[in-house]
Amino acid sequence: MTATGTPVAPAPRAVEPGWVAQLRREGAARFEGLRLPTTREEDWRFTDLSPIARAELGPARAPGGLTEADLAPFLFGHAEWPRLVFANGRLQPALSRLAGLPAGARVGSLAELLLDAPELVEDTLGKLAVQPAAAALVGQNASAFIDGYAVVLPAGTVVDTPIHVLFVADGRALRGAVFPRNVVVLGANAVASVVESYVALAEGVALTNTVTEANLAAGARFDHCKIQRESVQSFHLATLEVRQERDSYLNSFSFAQGAALSRTNIYTTLAGPGAHATLYGLYLGEGRQHVDHQTRIEHAAPNCTSWEVYKGILDGHAHGVFNGKVYVHPVAQKTDGKQTNKNLLLSETAKVDTKPQLEIFADDVKCTHGATVGSLDAVPLFYCQSRGIPAAEAQTLLTYAFAADVLEEIRSRPVVDHLEDLMREWLMKAGQRGSGSAGKATS
Amino acid sequence: MLEIKNLTATAGGVEILRGITLTVNAGEVHAIMGPNGSGKSTLAQVLAGHPAYEVTGGSVTYKGQDLLDMEPEERAQAGVFLAFQYPVEIPGVTNAYFLRAAYNAKRKAQGLEELDPMDFLDLLEEKLKLVEWGPEIMSRAVNAGFSGGEKKRNEILQMAVLEPSLAILDETDSGLDIDALKIVADGVNALRRPDSATIVVTHYQRLLNHIVPDQVHVLAGGRIVRSGGKELALELEERGYEWLTEAAGAVA
Ligand SMILES: Nc1ncnc2c1ncn2[C@@H]1O[C@H](COP(=O)(O)OP(=O)(O)OP(=O)(O)O)[C@@H](O)[C@H]1O
Ligand SMILES: [Mg+2]
Repeated sequence: MTATGTPVAPAPRAVEPGWVAQLRREGAARFEGLRLPTTREEDWRFTDLSPIARAELGPARAPGGLTEADLAPFLFGHAEWPRLVFANGRLQPALSRLAGLPAGARVGSLAELLLDAPELVEDTLGKLAVQPAAAALVGQNASAFIDGYAVVLPAGTVVDTPIHVLFVADGRALRGAVFPRNVVVLGANAVASVVESYVALAEGVALTNTVTEANLAAGARFDHCKIQRESVQSFHLATLEVRQERDSYLNSFSFAQGAALSRTNIYTTLAGPGAHATLYGLYLGEGRQHVDHQTRIEHAAPNCTSWEVYKGILDGHAHGVFNGKVYVHPVAQKTDGKQTNKNLLLSETAKVDTKPQLEIFADDVKCTHGATVGSLDAVPLFYCQSRGIPAAEAQTLLTYAFAADVLEEIRSRPVVDHLEDLMREWLMKAGQRGSGSAGKATS
Repeated sequence: MLEIKNLTATAGGVEILRGITLTVNAGEVHAIMGPNGSGKSTLAQVLAGHPAYEVTGGSVTYKGQDLLDMEPEERAQAGVFLAFQYPVEIPGVTNAYFLRAAYNAKRKAQGLEELDPMDFLDLLEEKLKLVEWGPEIMSRAVNAGFSGGEKKRNEILQMAVLEPSLAILDETDSGLDIDALKIVADGVNALRRPDSATIVVTHYQRLLNHIVPDQVHVLAGGRIVRSGGKELALELEERGYEWLTEAAGAVA
């Protein structure tokens, strides 16, 4: 399907270009060689993927008939926002719509693009996702992907509404794996915003292993928001890798709430002077959920700035992991980087492993990092109570306040509102579970 | 209204209140003065139910109820209000939201319907006048980045919204400029009702020119060592505390 036309299925006669076939072969070989990472590898120390291997998941089956009503709980924003829906990895043309995009914008199915204009993504697809930590996952994805979204904007093209891409898993995805593959290519000064939602219509074991590569030319701006609401029994692996030329801006947000085990990799390389990256995230964990984020910001050019704030709220026996690296190359003088990870534990059994890291090989830089893990402060809690606000309500209020500010960093208000609603709902349930620290807080 | 009998309390195992007895009747204003570290804030916090303090003896009856048996929020809902010596910052929660949550918690406890945000804004407008503030303050996070004086004024705004029966003001005058002091004192006086009572903790006689006390108590070493009329405050201003604490020390 194309930006201007009505959605159509890929033409069956065409075949993928040879370089894509090769990418798939190489990916398969890499995955064969490496298999899934183990906790013996430094980048995976806190996250054990062996349950995924044990689950022996085959490819997800094609979805049943999805309807607009199935999507309703996961929609937000304005009706006219461009929308792409993939179910169990397959494009759903009838549920997708791309009206109102500017001329020249190419937004739609990657599979289709690879058949009729593969040259648009040849410098990006398979070229950016190269971090060794994610090599096995990215390889597996390359070998197996069916489809995903492509956003290709020529220089100067501005798409000012978010493009909402929904990856839906229905009951027929259970005991199966889905491998979305996405590509974003923004020409000079082009502007795009993508919201990736990963949602489930059925509870059960399934795997998503998704890869997004984004190539930002000089002055381009890319807002990327991933909303992860998979089934709490499922596995979610995601890698976003970005390359940023001069004066480009990446604003990334990762919201993680679902999945039994999730790992999100967000990597960006500030390759041209003046590039700017802001990485934000909020993760909510309960029960026995395991939620892991790894970020890596490569300062590979002078005068670049990066700013990162990740917050986590963990309840029950949940385990949060944050591993953020800021790597400053020798050429990257005048780097300005700040990285923060803050975690709030609502129970005594929740835990967090956090490791913000700086590796600096330039001498004229300004970099800071920090991490906190703690429970709610007793003093504000008492202050609320002294004003008549019941302890449980005060706890919810303060927990919300702990995290709400990071959501404000998302540029699109409807997305912020939606995530605020999700967080409130989550907190309400946490309050009802009563596993929170109300009354247990100490000064 | 409030009857404190032989109240003793510790913090971290250290005895701070060593037997306080004090009766406050409806319509009265009591001032509590005394040297730094004598236990004034501790008394105020114990009345509000701060969990860091352990009551080891004595009793507190408020409107016929055992105050010490109530949760902090129940005390507040029953009309006890403490203006903190050090008001607490709550980043991420707006003043408007906080005040409405507090107001509605009280309404709920009284079996009344909660006020929706619109109606509450009307109510707020009235209360803001009392502390001579514009509406801008409502969208700021509770006390976050407020100046010392603004924090104190914000406490009075909260008090105005909650209309307590028993207001305990812990050094609300400290850190206020002369104009702000007058605004705060006028606010407190305007909120007085025949059926309410006020306890003001202060170091300065100046505040008591505005909020005239029926009784003045001197707290030293966790005990009330002297009580008197408003002229006691003047005497303290002149003579300091030494003559009293020495006398108390001799007794102890
Ligand atoms: N939570 C606490 N833990 C340990 N000690 C405490 C605690 N709170 C108060 N104290 C101690 O109790 C004593 C009385 O403190 P309090 O704050 O009640 O004094 P105050 O009369 O209000 O003094 P000021 O005039 O300086 O405000 C002090 O020695 C103080 O250090
Ligand atoms: Mg004090």
